[in-house]
Amino acid sequence: MSTKPVLVPSSEVAISRRGFLMKVGVLFNGFAAMVVAVPIVRFLLSAVTRGHANAYLSWVPLGRTEEFPEGETRLASFRNPYVMPTDGKTVDTSCWVRHVAGDQFQVFAINCAHLGCPVRWFPQSGLFMCPCHGGAYYRDGSRASGPPERGLFEYPYKVNDGLITIQAGQLPTPGGPLAALSTEKPPCA
Amino acid sequence: MRIITQITEWFDHRLQLAAPIREAAEHPVPRNTASWFYVFGSAALTVFLLQLVTGILLALVYVPSGAEAWNSLQALNHQVALGWFIRAMHGWGSNFMVALVLIHMVQVFLFGAHKYPRELTWIVGVFLLLMTLGMAFSGQVLRFDQDAYWGLGIGASIVSRVPIIGPEAVKLMLGGPIIAGATLSRFFALHVFVIPGMLMAFVGVHLLMVLKLGINEWPMPGRIVRRATYEREYHALTKQDGAPFVPYAVWKDLFFAGLIVLAIAACALYFGPFGPSGQPDPTIIQTAPKPDYFFLWLYALLSLLPPSLETPFLLICPPLVILALILLPFLSGEGEKSWKRRPLAVLTVLLIAITLGTFTRLAQFAPWSPHMNAWSGDPVPARYIHGTTALERQGALVFQVKQCRNCHSLGNTGGKRGPALDSVAARLTQDQLIRQVIQGGGNMPAYGDNLSPAETTALVAFLETLHPSGQAPARDASRDMALGESGQKELSAKK
Repeated sequence: MSTKPVLVPSSEVAISRRGFLMKVGVLFNGFAAMVVAVPIVRFLLSAVTRGHANAYLSWVPLGRTEEFPEGETRLASFRNPYVMPTDGKTVDTSCWVRHVAGDQFQVFAINCAHLGCPVRWFPQSGLFMCPCHGGAYYRDGSRASGPPERGLFEYPYKVNDGLITIQAGQLPTPGGPLAALSTEKPPCA
Repeated sequence: MRIITQITEWFDHRLQLAAPIREAAEHPVPRNTASWFYVFGSAALTVFLLQLVTGILLALVYVPSGAEAWNSLQALNHQVALGWFIRAMHGWGSNFMVALVLIHMVQVFLFGAHKYPRELTWIVGVFLLLMTLGMAFSGQVLRFDQDAYWGLGIGASIVSRVPIIGPEAVKLMLGGPIIAGATLSRFFALHVFVIPGMLMAFVGVHLLMVLKLGINEWPMPGRIVRRATYEREYHALTKQDGAPFVPYAVWKDLFFAGLIVLAIAACALYFGPFGPSGQPDPTIIQTAPKPDYFFLWLYALLSLLPPSLETPFLLICPPLVILALILLPFLSGEGEKSWKRRPLAVLTVLLIAITLGTFTRLAQFAPWSPHMNAWSGDPVPARYIHGTTALERQGALVFQVKQCRNCHSLGNTGGKRGPALDSVAARLTQDQLIRQVIQGGGNMPAYGDNLSPAETTALVAFLETLHPSGQAPARDASRDMALGESGQKELSAKK
């Protein structure tokens, strides 16, 4: 029976006229699907592609230096630079500002380096404590104890004419850009 | 009556559904499967349908916008008639559904129902479990409050640890650079369209296979599943000792499903809706976020794992567990079905149940979390102050002011992060206390930078008084030798 395909007259191959048309139809739909898929995938990934090369980050004002007395660590808040109309209060973010001396500051993310819970500053013991899993940090943001594997995330800052601005705009996470920016030891540690 | 029959016939002439439905309803099942052990799957399905109804009702009022979601939940709780009850039903329904799916899974596993030829039914069931958990998590996000906000932050922190694609995956998950309106919108789409749609399709396939392959017979010790003979044996069994599913077995399903619906309503009525807690305002940092009940074990695990193991564990274990669940019916597709002859299966279930139960229980106390207000709120028990010197009292003050109490308890109040200090003097000598306070160690921060020598002296003097009355404080035997008689005198004068 292995010779059967050879014995089939060429007219029998012509039954695949409809088969051929169906295949063309499938191909045509595949092409249409691809044309539609490109914008769909671009739309789905827009949150990623828009933010390539840290494009979400920009410099935001935090306050004047006199609001942060030397030697103290105070809570400050800023509005995230990238805002959508439905964001509500979620675009307001807190951070801890430590005025070391003169124009030297440290601006810590509120998010614990472990899993992102908000850390609280205790000036009496000079510690940041996290309410979730018990991470603790010293006043310079370095890890003191608990599950975090590193110190607090630090925003890059500038002081111009007595105004502090920080480079912010993205949720600080262990794998995020802020983590990479603040792995260098702070100068005062 | 006649007109009803006529209408029914008119429809069935066109739909032609009555015969297959009757056939499905009356398909014979082994008599001994008409058991109270076989009701959990249908109960889970009932709760799923209930969730669809209450979910649609909530969507009539709920606004999936970062700016409005929290307010619309408040309106549901307080303004809309019985809005609180529908929210409570949906929340409790979620808890019941996760519980029922898990119980159903354990029952199926212990009764060997995952074995040949029902492997695919099990695998589809594994995906149904994952989707149910996905619904539970995304539902928690839609309750857009503080817990939801910080819970998303925890999720983002975990996702960001994935090598290479982590940071991009976080943006994809959040729909932008931060947790905001877009995040809520996409979780809304997942919770309301994507996952429910997939759930319905998978439930359909799951049920279809139960119908086609027949319900798992009651496992008898010694009745071995073999690929070659099983199906023949099963058909012989349903022929000899079978009964139509409706009404022979279905009444137990109906009773249990009704009971579960009433139980959900009772819980909703008695306990009320879940939250929402505070507004999703990241500038309010006085919060201690905790996950919902079914993720508490994970919360505990993340506190107790050694830091270096955490990331590998988080990234490697979930895929391994899912893979193991999928491979299970292929690894044990034949053989004994009865749990009486499968000690390893029973032990595995017990081990997992006890582990999850222990972690969940621990997470309710959260001994690893500092008590943020213990230092200013919890008093030093009077018996620890009574008859102490001025220096020791000063030490008690230092103990409170420096927030030691946030992690160390006295008289059973205060944090449990560090050891209780009620009898610390019996464990550590004066030198060891000083060293521990100044240098830290173990899981304790070093306080050297934050205590003056005077404060350290006072604090250690107070800590040295903390030993049970019948028990002498720890002492360094070498000190007697080193200091001679004068040293001993000084020590005894202190007591």
